[in-house]
Amino acid sequence: MEYISLFVKSIFVDNMIFAYFLGMCSYLAVSKNVKTASGLGVAVIFVLLVTLPVNYLLNEFVLSPGALKWLGPQFANVDLSFLSFIIFIAVIAAITQIVEMVVEKFSPSLYSALGIYLPLIAVNCAILGGSLFMQQKDFSNLGEATVYALGSGVGWFLAIVTLAAIREKMSYSNVPAPLKGLGITFITVGLMGMAFMTFMGISL
Amino acid sequence: MNAKLKETILTPLSMGNPITVLVLGICSALAVTVQLKGAMVMGLSVMVVTGMSSFVVSMMRKTIPNRVRIIIQLVVVSLMVILVDQLLKAYSYGIEKQLSVYVGLIITNCIVMGRIEAFGLANKPVLSLLDGISNGAGYAIILIVVAFFRELLGSGTLFGIQIIPQAFYNAGYMNNGLVILPPMALILLGCIVWVQRSIQKELQEK
Repeated sequence: MEYISLFVKSIFVDNMIFAYFLGMCSYLAVSKNVKTASGLGVAVIFVLLVTLPVNYLLNEFVLSPGALKWLGPQFANVDLSFLSFIIFIAVIAAITQIVEMVVEKFSPSLYSALGIYLPLIAVNCAILGGSLFMQQKDFSNLGEATVYALGSGVGWFLAIVTLAAIREKMSYSNVPAPLKGLGITFITVGLMGMAFMTFMGISL
Repeated sequence: MNAKLKETILTPLSMGNPITVLVLGICSALAVTVQLKGAMVMGLSVMVVTGMSSFVVSMMRKTIPNRVRIIIQLVVVSLMVILVDQLLKAYSYGIEKQLSVYVGLIITNCIVMGRIEAFGLANKPVLSLLDGISNGAGYAIILIVVAFFRELLGSGTLFGIQIIPQAFYNAGYMNNGLVILPPMALILLGCIVWVQRSIQKELQEK
């Protein structure tokens, strides 16, 4: 039950885009049509699902204060948390590279669908943000971290596909010239964010 | 040379603004703009990180193999971010807590990587340093404008100091709670883009 509430919460209440603005750059750049948007969305879910549990284990057993206890009592006071940025980003960059190679080897059709987006994802804030929030939220076990990863990935997917659908329709409407493109997209995302805020009061 | 120097410094502030024209680094731009103070610290941090990492990468540009350059750039950038983060923790802990994960997210801020890729890899170190700093400044300006309106309308203060007089509140004026909420930052940014593009018509999209 806890897992389900965490899952729903990370999709709707703590939505990566509308509550924290993570992964905004690629969100705005790749949302011109639904097909490419859903490709990127799936890639984000995938990479989040792989990197977040790995980073969780690293955080539990290497980085957080006192985490190195398993090496012996003399390590009980070691605090490596200042290294977390560099370790997390290295893990993310390495894993996206590995995922890219594995997908290319075993599923060429998936590779051709995700191919160009995978390298881009290494610098997507949503991925690093997921790991940093994981560190801040202090999950109690691996299962929670995985469910959180899945939930925030699905939330991101949902957000980008919706925006892409709206932008496809919007290209037929008559927008004032200075607002065309970027400006109206910002305002649309703002309005969508307000709609998503209705989920805020829900406590699960 | 002088013309190039001038162009390097001035373009990012208006015609090539990283946020409103190039659409880079939006992620953090919106989340840290509830208060002017946080926005200024964030803007300064990005200026330092962009400038320094452009400078370092530019010094190494002839020795970095092309295939692994992304990883090397990420390592350089995250080193700079760790330095900034530790400095903030040491000297202004409250603000560091308020900015929370967004300091760490400077690593994946597209402005930093974008400037390194587009400028640092092809230019001399000092010029890259200047380019990085002025792009950071372009980012900071937008942050400050957004934060100015959000803090003034949302809490009636600037830098935490009461601006709207108590008499207004007594007469029935209320702070606009909506402006504090995240979606309003996007709408404000949309309005800034709107204003900029109606002044600089050549930026308008077809």
